[in-house]
Amino acid sequence: MKINKIILSFISAVAILLSTSAVSFAKVVGDKIVLGAAISLTGKYSSNGVHTQNGYNMAVDRINSMGGVKVGGKTYKFEIIYYDDESNPKRAAQLAERLISQDGVEFMLGPYSSGLTKAIAPVTEKYGVPMVEANGASRSLFTKGYKYLFAVLAPANLYLDVAIRTAVELNGGKGVRIAQAFEQDAFSQDVRLGILDAAKETGSEIIIDDKLPKELNDMAATLVKVKQMKPDVLVVSGHTKGALTAIRQIAEMKVDVPMLAMTHCDAAKLSKQHGKNSQYALCASQWHKTLTYKDNFFKDGMTYAADFQKEFGYDPPYQSAESSAALLVFKDAFERANSFDQKKVRDALAATNMQTFYGNIKFAPGGQNVDKPMVLFQVMCDGAGKCENKVVAPLKWASAKLIHPIPKWSDR
Amino acid sequence: MDFMVFQYPMITVQACLDGILLGILFALIAYGMALQWGVMNIINIAQGDLVILGGYIAYFMYLYGIHPAWGVIVSPIIMYFVGVGIYKLVINKVVDRDLFISILATFGISILFMQLMNFAFGADVVLANSGYGTTFLFDSAVVLPNSKIFSAFVSIVFAIGLVIYMKKSKLGRAIRATAQNARAAKILGVDTEKVYAATFGLNAALCGVAGALISITFTIHPYMGLPYTIRSFMIVIVAGLGNLPGVAMSGMGLGVFEEFADYILGTEFRIGSVFLLLVLILVYRRFKLSRKREYLK
Repeated sequence: MKINKIILSFISAVAILLSTSAVSFAKVVGDKIVLGAAISLTGKYSSNGVHTQNGYNMAVDRINSMGGVKVGGKTYKFEIIYYDDESNPKRAAQLAERLISQDGVEFMLGPYSSGLTKAIAPVTEKYGVPMVEANGASRSLFTKGYKYLFAVLAPANLYLDVAIRTAVELNGGKGVRIAQAFEQDAFSQDVRLGILDAAKETGSEIIIDDKLPKELNDMAATLVKVKQMKPDVLVVSGHTKGALTAIRQIAEMKVDVPMLAMTHCDAAKLSKQHGKNSQYALCASQWHKTLTYKDNFFKDGMTYAADFQKEFGYDPPYQSAESSAALLVFKDAFERANSFDQKKVRDALAATNMQTFYGNIKFAPGGQNVDKPMVLFQVMCDGAGKCENKVVAPLKWASAKLIHPIPKWSDR
Repeated sequence: MDFMVFQYPMITVQACLDGILLGILFALIAYGMALQWGVMNIINIAQGDLVILGGYIAYFMYLYGIHPAWGVIVSPIIMYFVGVGIYKLVINKVVDRDLFISILATFGISILFMQLMNFAFGADVVLANSGYGTTFLFDSAVVLPNSKIFSAFVSIVFAIGLVIYMKKSKLGRAIRATAQNARAAKILGVDTEKVYAATFGLNAALCGVAGALISITFTIHPYMGLPYTIRSFMIVIVAGLGNLPGVAMSGMGLGVFEEFADYILGTEFRIGSVFLLLVLILVYRRFKLSRKREYLK
């Protein structure tokens, strides 16, 4: 009996503690602006989930230490409540619901990946909670008419658009023959749609159009076809496994193709895992540290990369940079709205027009960022086999000249 | 549908050779499954996850600057003890129950392994580079990565080695005796408990070899195990238990089937076609079995 009473009182004590802490978390309290985020800290997206979280944390620390956010003559500091969504869309939606209705969060940051953002967006929309997301690029996010969703990154269909246009330009403006292989998931299929559009506009022809399965680890069949048909450009998008498999088998089967364009090269650590074999691959990226955009908080890409390296011990992938940018956008919007009213903040977000170290940010009515082009970098190796990613397009930021066509394997 | 594979004879040759090399590797994994299935009557759903774990061992050797081909020796040794450990902790508690319980138990182990590997090694796709180069045939119309040839060769060596071991060694004979009649073997002084543990260990060791080869030839990832389980399950179903040449043949057959499905139906249906084939074969086998039963009546 006595033990029961002790347990009971313990439980009620915990309950009281929890209820008070829930109140203290709510929205804007004292001098804190509380943002909520469901992030993949475990499960298949855990590595990119951590990049996202590091990016958010870096920006929160920086903004807070440089004076915070000024609203109505008062200074506020950012704070983020994180939950682990286990890389699972259902869980992410539940957590968004919990953040909003239990923890009282009034402003959200996005999760990692298009799929999870898709799961959360209907929830934030339902409650009218403004969400700035940095890691959901799928085109379908921006065609649903969401009013409270803002993405700092360029949509997925633009990822490899630049590559096709560059190839056509190098071909004297004539259309090229394209071979493509895309994984069957929302993101890669959006990249594919972008290529189809670009091919149509430039009069290019798609001669191989393969789809890759989720369990992909062998694409020899596609590459044999490429050897036979000799296209001008080979485009591959299948997350990190697509990039790694393609490079391994292209090198092993000595497939010669004048241009090879891919996504997810830096996430796959291509140049580290494959060294010289990855040389000349073109990779689409949202950001690169050598771009010359500037802001007052992180100065520029190089400074950001150095600071990030100091704090987390690795070179920031673009997933971290864009996540940091999301916080800068929120700060800017709060100050312009000069209020914590969700509708006013939403309108301020919609009117965003700013430059950050990550790029210019200006939202289209659908919520996607239309002011920041994708960049292409090329893996380039020196004689000693040390490889680096160098920006080659658009020309404005190019730090190296595109090597085209790729030398044949027999001449390497 | 794309019939390019038949329009160019060299692509047909390429597809067949790719399929055979791949199939030999599948057959090695299936061999382990057949061994364990025959001796202990356990269908191991965690087979593919053991393969992936073996792959990670080779990958870590590669990370520390050792050539991943040595993984073919190191990985089975480590995996043998992992297998014996799994047997002692879980399998020996379910080995005398019906098939369903053992499938559930190994299914649980499979999920546990996936999550543990994800937790320990991260969710990144990794691979180990062997730097083995390429073989060109027929005026370079057919290309075979040497890593694939290497993995087929190693698989054959291990398979033959195991056959000899099962025939000649004391433990091998004990395993075969237990498979034939466990009760009789026990009465005649075979320590069946030890035999079961060793069988599970041997199976895990074979998975370790296959995993090391896969990390050299393809890529590995914590969640990539299931297709390997399904393939080996299918190979064993087709070949039947205790039919080693059958396992080798159906393994190569499956490899070639996959390659052709890839060319004709498209890469997206590659694994799907394996699943479809599995269903068809199960239906067919059942049909045959039931006919046999009728005959017995």
